[in-house]
Amino acid sequence: MQYQEYTQSEYNFEECTKCTICTAYCPVMQVNPLYPGPKQAGPDGERLRLRDPGFFDAALKYCLNCKRCEVYCPSEVKVADLIQSARIRYERTPPKVRDYLLASTDVMGKLARPVAPIVNFATRQQLTRTAMDVTLRIDRHRTFPEYSARGFEGWLKRRKKEQAAFPEQVAYYHGCYVNYNYPQLGKDLVKVLNAMGVGVQLLEKEQCCGIALIVNGQSAQARKKALHNVESLGKAVESGLKVVTTSSTCTLTIRDEYPSLLEVDNAAVRDSVLMATRFICEKLEQGATLPFRNDFHKRIAYHTPCHMARLGWGIFSQRLLQMIPGVEFTPLEQTCCGMAGTYGFKKENYANSQAIGAPLFDQIRAVNPDVVACDCETCKWQIEMSTGYKVENPISILAEAISDNGKD
Amino acid sequence: MKANEFDVIIIGGGITGAGTQRDCAMRGLRTLLVDRSDIATGATGRNHGLLHSGARYAVNDPESAAECIRENMILRRVAAHCIDENDGLFVTLPEDDLDYQKTFVQACRNAGIRADIIDPDLARRLEPSVNPDIIGAVRVPDCSVDPFRLCAANMLDAKLHGGQVRLQTEVTGIIREGDTVKGIRTHNRNTGEDVEFYAPIVVNAGGVWGQELAQIAGVKVGMFPAKGSLLIFAHRVNNMVINRCRKPSNADILVPGDTVCIVGTTSSRIPLEECRNVAVTPDEVTLLITEGMKLAPRLASTRILRAYAGVRPLVSADDDPSGRNISRGIVCLDHEVRDGVKGLITITGGKLTSYRLMAEMATDLVCKKLGVDKACETATTPLPGSEEGSYEEVAKKIWENPTTAQKVAASRMGTRVSRMRSTDHRDEALICECEQVSMGEINLAIERLEASTLTDLRRRTRVGMGTCQGEFCACRAAGLLAKAHGCIEKEREDIDSFLQERWKGNFPIGWGETLREAEYTQWVYKHVLGI
Repeated sequence: MQYQEYTQSEYNFEECTKCTICTAYCPVMQVNPLYPGPKQAGPDGERLRLRDPGFFDAALKYCLNCKRCEVYCPSEVKVADLIQSARIRYERTPPKVRDYLLASTDVMGKLARPVAPIVNFATRQQLTRTAMDVTLRIDRHRTFPEYSARGFEGWLKRRKKEQAAFPEQVAYYHGCYVNYNYPQLGKDLVKVLNAMGVGVQLLEKEQCCGIALIVNGQSAQARKKALHNVESLGKAVESGLKVVTTSSTCTLTIRDEYPSLLEVDNAAVRDSVLMATRFICEKLEQGATLPFRNDFHKRIAYHTPCHMARLGWGIFSQRLLQMIPGVEFTPLEQTCCGMAGTYGFKKENYANSQAIGAPLFDQIRAVNPDVVACDCETCKWQIEMSTGYKVENPISILAEAISDNGKD
Repeated sequence: MKANEFDVIIIGGGITGAGTQRDCAMRGLRTLLVDRSDIATGATGRNHGLLHSGARYAVNDPESAAECIRENMILRRVAAHCIDENDGLFVTLPEDDLDYQKTFVQACRNAGIRADIIDPDLARRLEPSVNPDIIGAVRVPDCSVDPFRLCAANMLDAKLHGGQVRLQTEVTGIIREGDTVKGIRTHNRNTGEDVEFYAPIVVNAGGVWGQELAQIAGVKVGMFPAKGSLLIFAHRVNNMVINRCRKPSNADILVPGDTVCIVGTTSSRIPLEECRNVAVTPDEVTLLITEGMKLAPRLASTRILRAYAGVRPLVSADDDPSGRNISRGIVCLDHEVRDGVKGLITITGGKLTSYRLMAEMATDLVCKKLGVDKACETATTPLPGSEEGSYEEVAKKIWENPTTAQKVAASRMGTRVSRMRSTDHRDEALICECEQVSMGEINLAIERLEASTLTDLRRRTRVGMGTCQGEFCACRAAGLLAKAHGCIEKEREDIDSFLQERWKGNFPIGWGETLREAEYTQWVYKHVLGI
């Protein structure tokens, strides 16, 4: 008898056995009754959309793309990809002005940098925030990440020669946040890697990873950036370099969303792009050393960003933090902070965003750490705004815990 | 006039019976329809769900072909909410004779069927799932039709015109006075009651079981049951009907229907005794997969949801009791003329596509016998639900921003979906998530469409027809039935037989995800719910 050795479907949607575990773990389902949930929005909805694109549900925009459904799915259905891809294929409502502004992280960064103090002053004012709330529907409660007057790229370019002198080299995909908002994180990474004898190079020319474009209805622009980045990454990888990153979302986008949502082939570079915490952790475990200070003491609570959980790499950041002498380490239970990049900025999502994050905020308050460690910049904004606790990337904590080249 | 007296009794709740009851009721007759189980349980619900353009019959049976295209065009108007106007392709594969295409197109045109030869490249663009190796393609006006919905809509309209419906009611005898039929003796399989119903005309619309009914009435109708097996794939691979452009053969039609697509059929003679319990054999599964792959290669690796089989009610030509010339055309027998038995009519043969015409022919005969002079209006009066345009327009008229579930309900119920609008939010709760069937729709089917078991509900709403095959919806829907009937014990049995019936369809293709899901369903019901 002829039987089928295997069956295939896009994003494995036919593998779904309707067990509903994705729905149980979906953070949006807990707070927003308008959202049909990952099972319905994903595999169930796909069958309907294949019947008639008119069955596309506009409520799919409430998906915050945290990918927890994919982490928990026992059948390897790419539920979140299915939802995002449906939005790309079937959403006919054009993005709003606000969505263009929020998605253009790099353009906004370039524009804001020369006048950073003015922009930062303005976004701190209640009046400006109220105006944006009313005109753009960007929620007035949000605090905005500050822009840096001097970019990271320029800083590292000025140190090109110095970095080239190290015996080992890596390339660094820094992302928009490090370049335009928080160059200190990049500087911290350089400090740590240098201390291990590793020099840091820029990619030939990197662009925004494109995730904000993908989730804001601008996948065509995202694809252009993806093609560009894969080429730049390819040059670095070809010359034998690993590419390290400090943002879990940029990393997941480059590694997994490029092929699955943007149809950009990244096979040549995918395995060489990895979070710096993984790179450093594995190096230390293989015998490398860092000049740790002996007077460092901090109580650290670690929050695993959703995309870090999807990568399966939260464990590296956790192990790395626990290697630091003087660290009192508490892992937080993995729940979504509710921010999800640009999602939480939108007025219609603000209340849900805060409700999703509430259990995490409660945990943090209960632990009462000196600092919360987390690999994602948007989790950082959310947690800092909502709890008042300071949030740092594990790399920055590591940089603080090692001596400053004799200055210490 | 007593409550058990009618102008006409129709035996058989298939599409022919339901259509005949509707037509009779619309012409002002007092009608009763009985069926031993439920509507659409025989050949009506066990086929491709293809509303033929007639192209398939054009070469060999031009009369049927012409009938099909006329009815096809009529049903698009009057049964819009049961039909997807998706068109069909007749494709020529490298192993097929391309010369047949000319014969085929000419025959289609002679029968009045629009048949356009199109470039294979265009065919591949129109229907990306089609075998890329095709060397020829013809576009024809095939449609898909939901036979359950069509049957239920006919029954509902008959009821709206005063007709009565008794399901789970088996005919145990035909009451005769001499040569004249006076009525029927029935046994209600639910309540155990034996009841007699009287009418001057009894219409035998029993499909393949029409032979047994005829026997009970003392006349002879020779049926030649031919079994056809089909496979349901778990999602739509194609959006146009794909046929092979060659002499009709096995497994050469792939029809998209609702959320699935169906490949079929096989054809083999079986004894009448086996008609009630046909099973799909491994050889048939092999044939369907290997031939189906030739239509759309993706079928080879697309999850199969179920296998099922039906029995075509073929009739031997009246003057040919040997059965050598089996007709696929409509057979309307006036037993008064043929056998000297007054008041008995048999309407059989034909096809799903031509059911309305069959009903019209039978009803014309009924009216002639009863001396009723009223014209048939079924070709122009829409079925309940089909009065207005697309599901999107229907949904928008009712809800400002219809949800997907509301749009899907509108696509199934047409304008009748307006009855689902309610102030009770629980009515919007989904019972079946795969097919998006809400509590409101289930309750409406129980109240208005004579659904008394889970299987009845499945036929009327698609509950349990999705990929989970009842895993989540069966117990939810059972709860609503138990509430409606005030009986929990019976619902336990109902769940059991429903899931057994689902498994029957999974079993012949029990591998991969379908097997895994069936196993999971078993855990849920046996080990979690303790059923």
